[in-house]
Amino acid sequence: MRALVLAAVAAAVAAAAAEIAPQDRHSGYDFAGPDTRAMQDDDTANPGMLGVLQGETLWAAKTGAAGRSCADCHGDARTSMKGVAARYPAFEPALARPLDLEGRINRCRSEHQGAEPLAWESADLLALTAFVAYQSRGLPIMVRADAELRPFVDLGSALFHRRQGQLNLSCSQCHDDNWGKRLAGAVIPQAHPTGYPVYRLEWQSLGSLQRRLRNCMIGVRAEPYDYSAPEAVDLELYLMARARGMPLETPAVRP
Amino acid sequence: MQKLGSAPSRRKPSADRIAGAVAAALLVSADFTAIADEGSLRPYTIVRGSIPASLTGAAGDPARGRAIVLDRRLGACLLCHTGPFPEERFQGTLAPDLSGAGSRWSEGQLRLRLVDAPRLNPDTIMPPYYRVDGLTRVGSVWREKPILTAEQIEDVVAFLSTLRD
Repeated sequence: MRALVLAAVAAAVAAAAAEIAPQDRHSGYDFAGPDTRAMQDDDTANPGMLGVLQGETLWAAKTGAAGRSCADCHGDARTSMKGVAARYPAFEPALARPLDLEGRINRCRSEHQGAEPLAWESADLLALTAFVAYQSRGLPIMVRADAELRPFVDLGSALFHRRQGQLNLSCSQCHDDNWGKRLAGAVIPQAHPTGYPVYRLEWQSLGSLQRRLRNCMIGVRAEPYDYSAPEAVDLELYLMARARGMPLETPAVRP
Repeated sequence: MQKLGSAPSRRKPSADRIAGAVAAALLVSADFTAIADEGSLRPYTIVRGSIPASLTGAAGDPARGRAIVLDRRLGACLLCHTGPFPEERFQGTLAPDLSGAGSRWSEGQLRLRLVDAPRLNPDTIMPPYYRVDGLTRVGSVWREKPILTAEQIEDVVAFLSTLRD
């Protein structure tokens, strides 16, 4: 009898820690208030659109030793970049690792434009990333989990489920097990990165998914990952794989 | 050698006597190392799901404990818990209401729940407020420091014990 009870308890615990079923997944949009949603829905009110417009200018600007613009190679982003952000992070054979969109843009700059990489969270990198991601708005996230990427998805998953920081909390304990409840005044979302770079009212600016991850890590009093650290990209990849099939919203607006 | 101030290693609940011996050994070594290691924690003994004795040897101050509970950075209790604090906006809904905590638990049970709640439930989201080992990737400013000091733990225990309804 006691063994049966223990087994039932173990099963309940396992169920509590399970991933969110596909039909129960929600974008952070669903947890945001009506004003925030309205701001995202209206391109003339969405402050993230300023970044997209700035990115469009940068896309056409010649830069670096090669004096070449993004458009010189890729042409019209509306066709060439359509669906691209929905597949990132993607595997980069030269590095034998996944690269996120920001990493891809900076690699393109050094390899094809002879330009210095743009600093993480700089307005220019966020703008170019937002402009590229905007071309996939409304398209389902299609990150691959093939043989090359699978090990990195698994590494990201392990980080997501690992307790860390002085407060000893894993990402999963809040975002899988307790989404929808309130952490102080704020509803805990499911951590689907559907709208990055995202305009966050708390930041009063666009910001990257890595910046958001750093915020959470500082929140649990953990040492945040450096920008573009392998762990950060693995975690981004896992989150995008976890959100597979959900539509991209870039530039999303969040509280 | 077990590090001074780290909690005794995990053991079966029936091993209270061994726990007492470990704590006694820690006390002896504490006599020799004195306060040389400022980050070290006070030893304690767990008896059947409870830490019966004060970590400091003295009773805490409930008024200070209340301030710690309400402080969003220090105790940060209301990030997850609600409680009988109608003046406080934005209380959490992740964890049990603190109302009546002093009726549900003895002082010793409250003390263990603060000091190292994962000992009672390995899956709990309640942080271990008085433990520095077994943690991963702790931020540099927080490293080797418990969330609350022994004195603060005692203040919070004293305050929570007053929440009878």
